[in-house]
Amino acid sequence: MTDRTNHLNPLVGPTNGLEPPDGLKIRVLVAKPGLDGHDRGAKVVARALRDAGMEVIYTGIRQTPEMIAEAALQEDVNVVGLSILSGAHKTLCPRVVELLRKQGLDDVLVVVGGIIPDEDLPFMHGLGIQGVFGPGTSTQDIIRFIREHAPRVAA
Amino acid sequence: MELLDRLLAGERRALARAISCVEDQGPEARALLAGLYPHTGRAHVIGVTGAPGTGKSSLVNALARAYRAQGLTVGIIAVDPTSPFSGGALLGDRVRMRDLAGDQGTFIRSMATRGSLGGLAHTTGEVVLALDAAGFERILIETVGVGQAEVDIASAAHTTVVVEAPGLGDEIQAIKAGVLEIADLFAVNKADREGADHTVMALKMMQGLGPSMGHHGVSAGSGKPGHQPGEQPDGTWLPPITKTVAIHGEGVPALRDWIEEHAAYLERSGLRGRWELARARTELEHILRDRLMATLLARQPAGQLPDEILEAVAGRRLDPYTAAERLLAGREPSEPVR
Repeated sequence: MTDRTNHLNPLVGPTNGLEPPDGLKIRVLVAKPGLDGHDRGAKVVARALRDAGMEVIYTGIRQTPEMIAEAALQEDVNVVGLSILSGAHKTLCPRVVELLRKQGLDDVLVVVGGIIPDEDLPFMHGLGIQGVFGPGTSTQDIIRFIREHAPRVAA
Repeated sequence: MELLDRLLAGERRALARAISCVEDQGPEARALLAGLYPHTGRAHVIGVTGAPGTGKSSLVNALARAYRAQGLTVGIIAVDPTSPFSGGALLGDRVRMRDLAGDQGTFIRSMATRGSLGGLAHTTGEVVLALDAAGFERILIETVGVGQAEVDIASAAHTTVVVEAPGLGDEIQAIKAGVLEIADLFAVNKADREGADHTVMALKMMQGLGPSMGHHGVSAGSGKPGHQPGEQPDGTWLPPITKTVAIHGEGVPALRDWIEEHAAYLERSGLRGRWELARARTELEHILRDRLMATLLARQPAGQLPDEILEAVAGRRLDPYTAAERLLAGREPSEPVR
């Protein structure tokens, strides 16, 4: 087995300055469910998470909840990030959470970005979604939240 | 081992967790790989490499569909680069593979290179083992795709497809050494664009420039006019050149059929057996190197190379060759240079 700290040595090969102490990568699925095609925000967040040292699987637009859950399973992600600007969050989020649970992915952290009215926050919290990031949220806040709440399970 | 049993029973979540285990190279990984190994060796592994913009992801997607149409199960590993500055990665190849969503006969996993520079991640070969043991009959590996330095794929795949596309630079670009020498097949993708025929001609001309070392160490055919691609009378393999338009699926069944023909050729020529033997040697040497190093380091007081030795070498008071001999012999690091 290759010594996995090799690539952490700054003098040997590429540096990983933001490597978490245990060396485990945080894998994040970034997906846009539903029919909403505005993905610039999702891409901005995806790049910010990459720059924070995370491995981001970007699935693109027009994802069904089934596609999202399937990708989350195959990619063994720690976090699923949903970008929803269409207002359909009260339909899409429960469906995604349900499918993740059905596949045994109970401990995956689900976060949502986009347009979520304040009055819908209790609904989101009720689904177990604590991380809701509306317009104007700084990417640093999202990064900090994920670092604090993502499950860190050694494979 | 519970995870192993569930993987072998076909549980996809177990496969996904097993892949993470081997990728993270944690303490459980070695036992898992030892358990997987007897169940491997059945899948045919196909590498897809080429410069950025040639449409590798779309071609992998189309090839997977073509295999599925024949009832074969397909595992896909899509590799993208890890940023050397942040250690993070943006893995976007799945975007091109939405056709395969919902298909239980397909499994797609994205991998970041995590510091490896040859086009694949260090553990891509081990992830192949997991997919192989899980029963996927064809495993497609899409490399990072920087174009020239991507030689890892040649030792990870039985059949390597090099993807070209018209209009990405002049013909000389298309025939730079390294990537072209590892090709068992060429796909000229985006063949509906202008210049596709020129790209095909450039590749044929390159083949006609004389025998070269092919992927499996055998001289490729000389590509003289009139030579049909594929197996030559002398038993060598002349890489066929297939035009494709991956997003429309055009030319892809033909490419698939050539891959299958190459697989059959590897079997009947005995090259497949030689490849496996060579790979077994490389694998074992690699693992031995790591284990021997780990054993030696474990013998050191701090579990790492002693600072006194490093300082002596850096200060030219000790040469690294003598230092190594000392460490291997288990001598005290502070012994003065004779």
